[in-house]
Amino acid sequence: MKAAVIVFPGSNCDDDCRWALEHVCGVLTEMVWFRNRVPDDVDLIVLPGGFSYGDYLRAGALARFAPAMESVREAAEKGRLVLGICNGFQILVEAQLLPGVLLRNTCLQFLCKDVFLKTVRSDTPFTHGVPDVVRMPIAHGMGNYYIDADGLKALQDNGQIVFQYCDHAGRVTAEANPNGSLDNIAGIVNRAGNVLGMMPHPERAAEDALGCHDGRYLLESAIRHLTRA
Amino acid sequence: MKGKVIVRLKSEVSDPQGMTIQQTVSKLGFEGVRKVRAGKYFEIELDAPDRSAAEKTLHGLCDRILANPIIEDYTFEIE
Amino acid sequence: MTEVAITPELIAQHGLTPEEYQSILDILGREPTLTELGIFSVMWSEHCSYKCSKRTLKCFPTRGPKVLVGPGENAGVIDLGHGLAVCFKIESHNHPSAIEPYNGAATGVGGILRDIFTMGARPIAMLNPLRFGRITDPHMQWLVGGVIAGIADYGNCVGVPTVAGDIYFQDCYEQNILVNVMCVGLMRKDQLMLARAQGPGNLVVYYGSPTGRDGIHGATFASKEDPHSQQRSAVQVGDPFMGKKIIEATLELIASGAAVGIQDMGAAGLTCSSCEMASRAGTGVEIDLDRVPQRADGMNAYEIMLSESQERMLAVIPREKIDVAREILERWEVGCHILGEVKSDGLLRVKHRGEVVAEIPAVKIADQSPQYSPEARRPAYLDTIPVAPVPYPAPPDWGDALLRLLRCPTIASKRWVYSQYDHMVQTATVVRPGDGDAAVLRIKDTPMHLAVTVDGNSTMCWLDPETGGKMVVAEGARNVVMVGAEPLGLTDCLNFGNPNKPEVFWTFDKCVRGMAEACRALGTPVTGGNVSFYNESKGLAVFPTPIVGVVGKIEPPRRILTPGWKNAGDRIFLIGGAEQHLGGSIFAQLWQPQQAERAGYYDEREPGPVIGPCPTFDLELERALQQFVLEANRRGLINAAHDLSEGGLAVALAECCIKSGREKLEARSGKRSAVEYLGARIDVPNVKCLASWLFSEAPSRALAACEPAHAAELTALAQDFRVPVVALGEVSTDAALLLGDVLDLPVAALLAAHETLPY
Repeated sequence: MKAAVIVFPGSNCDDDCRWALEHVCGVLTEMVWFRNRVPDDVDLIVLPGGFSYGDYLRAGALARFAPAMESVREAAEKGRLVLGICNGFQILVEAQLLPGVLLRNTCLQFLCKDVFLKTVRSDTPFTHGVPDVVRMPIAHGMGNYYIDADGLKALQDNGQIVFQYCDHAGRVTAEANPNGSLDNIAGIVNRAGNVLGMMPHPERAAEDALGCHDGRYLLESAIRHLTRA
Repeated sequence: MKGKVIVRLKSEVSDPQGMTIQQTVSKLGFEGVRKVRAGKYFEIELDAPDRSAAEKTLHGLCDRILANPIIEDYTFEIE
Repeated sequence: MTEVAITPELIAQHGLTPEEYQSILDILGREPTLTELGIFSVMWSEHCSYKCSKRTLKCFPTRGPKVLVGPGENAGVIDLGHGLAVCFKIESHNHPSAIEPYNGAATGVGGILRDIFTMGARPIAMLNPLRFGRITDPHMQWLVGGVIAGIADYGNCVGVPTVAGDIYFQDCYEQNILVNVMCVGLMRKDQLMLARAQGPGNLVVYYGSPTGRDGIHGATFASKEDPHSQQRSAVQVGDPFMGKKIIEATLELIASGAAVGIQDMGAAGLTCSSCEMASRAGTGVEIDLDRVPQRADGMNAYEIMLSESQERMLAVIPREKIDVAREILERWEVGCHILGEVKSDGLLRVKHRGEVVAEIPAVKIADQSPQYSPEARRPAYLDTIPVAPVPYPAPPDWGDALLRLLRCPTIASKRWVYSQYDHMVQTATVVRPGDGDAAVLRIKDTPMHLAVTVDGNSTMCWLDPETGGKMVVAEGARNVVMVGAEPLGLTDCLNFGNPNKPEVFWTFDKCVRGMAEACRALGTPVTGGNVSFYNESKGLAVFPTPIVGVVGKIEPPRRILTPGWKNAGDRIFLIGGAEQHLGGSIFAQLWQPQQAERAGYYDEREPGPVIGPCPTFDLELERALQQFVLEANRRGLINAAHDLSEGGLAVALAECCIKSGREKLEARSGKRSAVEYLGARIDVPNVKCLASWLFSEAPSRALAACEPAHAAELTALAQDFRVPVVALGEVSTDAALLLGDVLDLPVAALLAAHETLPY
């Protein structure tokens, strides 16, 4: 299998994603410049974190027009796996590959810390074998997930909510919600289940040297899904 | 009364956000977009006995909090 | 260009003395043009020329076997082995931050980043020492919030983790806050790039943001007293998105081999970068200002040369490589503008609208700047500081006293600050902010780790500039030793008042001499730094505030050490010097029983006056302590280590408890426990002054915990190094700090106090 990380101007977790995929998980990974198309032989596309276009206007608002995004849309339609992390999630919602929008954190500040996530669905390509409660860092100023009431109901009915902010014991509480996200939503998939957007950073929690390896479960789930298929 | 305040960077101060938006939309094919300047817009509901009192309040608010006169200026309307 | 008459008033407005103007006449052999006057003015400002400080700074040791680049370039570089080198530098952005905290701090971050990546190093860490006034003042809260947000937004956007810093709240910074920024970069040794305009015929290329009328005379502004008075246009808006693009473009340019010299346009903009690059290489540079991309209409040569618009770079590119360079720069959308070329005639020649507007021997502007030895006089206030320690009656409740100290904003957790900084991007932060005496970063693909810290206790420097200066260096080096690293080198930012006041200059001179002596004794060469004078308003100067950034290396068999207790039963030792009196301590600023009307205590957010004297400091003991800890770590004897600093022994013990928290993971179910803490049981010896034993801030002291089986070896080793060692007690499973019958507090109470928000 082959993975690709898209590099937008202003991406800054692109190399961290490459390191986690290539060095930690042993997957051949290609860096794709935002002006180019993602090659057809790529099975897993990662949209990394960062501040594409400086987050000017709105996070992800300018990056969604990048030429590479057209090939991401096509790949998503063909059922290939697409993972948007942090700014990558913001780009996916701006590009309408995922529903909803990410607003400023309710505390109005950038927030960088570890959070606990409840794995709501363990049957997506990304979450096979991911424990019920995992710990990962967040680092964002605009991670407050919002969607209207109908949209939320659709997410719930279709089982699209994959991760929710919770406490260490897996309780989804208001205190455990770091940014004001509706229903403590930290990550969602599209209806087909092959496009995942999440605010927490699995690539920052993929090795014990960094204090936690929970993020590796997620990456390895995607890899297993692709190598088995 | 309602105050409508616009705060923007002074014309000589660099506006990276405006420049980045201008460059990106030009590449998208929107022709003739020569310059973009970004700013902030506030709507403020006021209890004030008259217009001049409202103006005074808004000037105070802008000078002290909403704008930093070192890099920004502001305009407002009162309805 | 229409010539403007050069009048004595105009010369004075440019901050030049009549003697300095005479030197200009001598160098040129004629009257300068206005543009030339502007060029001399910024190049001979204190900010660019160090004219008041240069002679004093010469006493710093700057060489060492591992120093690849010392002071004089954009940043210092030290060899790490494995073909790698570390590049680092600290700078101040005090004056702009005082009037526009958000953009002042943000552009400070942008500026120091450029100093690092122009050397060919990828920035891997930022550190921010900040000094503020009383936190209860609403204006100060506005400044604090703005500075932190400015640092966060720039650093987070460019993807460089902010991993450490320190913050003091002290009344002397009420009118003059200090915002220092340090950046650390990592490079392959063979990609070292110097800021030199080498090779006549090579092209001078401008890239980055266009030039506007930003901060004209910002460099002279940073060298004038009182930022509030005038010159308000001297603050600029940073563009971190452009900053990120020029990082990547510059590193790629260097890796491609297309550039032979690069410098950023920082203070004094195009003037400083072109002059310095030419004078370092012994060449000349000819540039045509019509080719400079401009944001504002109708700018004249004076304005273009002196503009301080942010995110601009100057590179020297051989003609045959220009296509390679252009491809890289245009791919990153940063522009590529050929301004002119390197000449062999040694002149900085500036053309504008077809005319030569400046023609100056580059080497004479940059290197023949005036040098002064300002008058120095011992300040009278020093005579009011008591020589003998003031006796301290015991406070009513020792536990209460400790909790007050833990709540004190200078000591309390800075989680509310560093949680706003992305401190994990680049996935290298192994010891995060707040978790160790220094931050620790792994270097991927090598067995090495880097330790980085910033320190600068100005209270001690105010009480005794020379001893305080030594203590600042010692604390910086000690903090990297305490996480297991061998100190490699140091960068300093010297924040003082107006150097033309003999009392201020005296403290500057003494501080630097003290620091230099400590650098020599501890083997930490100074590879560069920054002097920030005129931190003075309304006649009131800040405390002498030298701040150091220290970089160290951890390599196996040495391990990373952290303060948190690891295992119940581990023995706890106090190593290093004995406690002294309470002079200079924060406890003495809070507990002032002589102030009867306050019932003894000041509010911890509004501490009382500093009480002297400065503790004594023994450099030989400090050196022995650091060598001992390094050796004990090499032998694997230490499980936890923590330097004693603000708040003394009691606060250090509390912090080791607070930082012992760990979650338990059930292997089978994957269930997590809540975080669990360890405590400590400490025997309190029979001492004359319990307050001093608990809270003295005497230097050269640390805590170390080790397994019981290693206790004898650790003690014997300490004796070999002639380092005093005292057994204090042991780590306990019950999450409480128990000090004999003096104090018994649950860790939850310590934690709650330590996490108190200042506002």
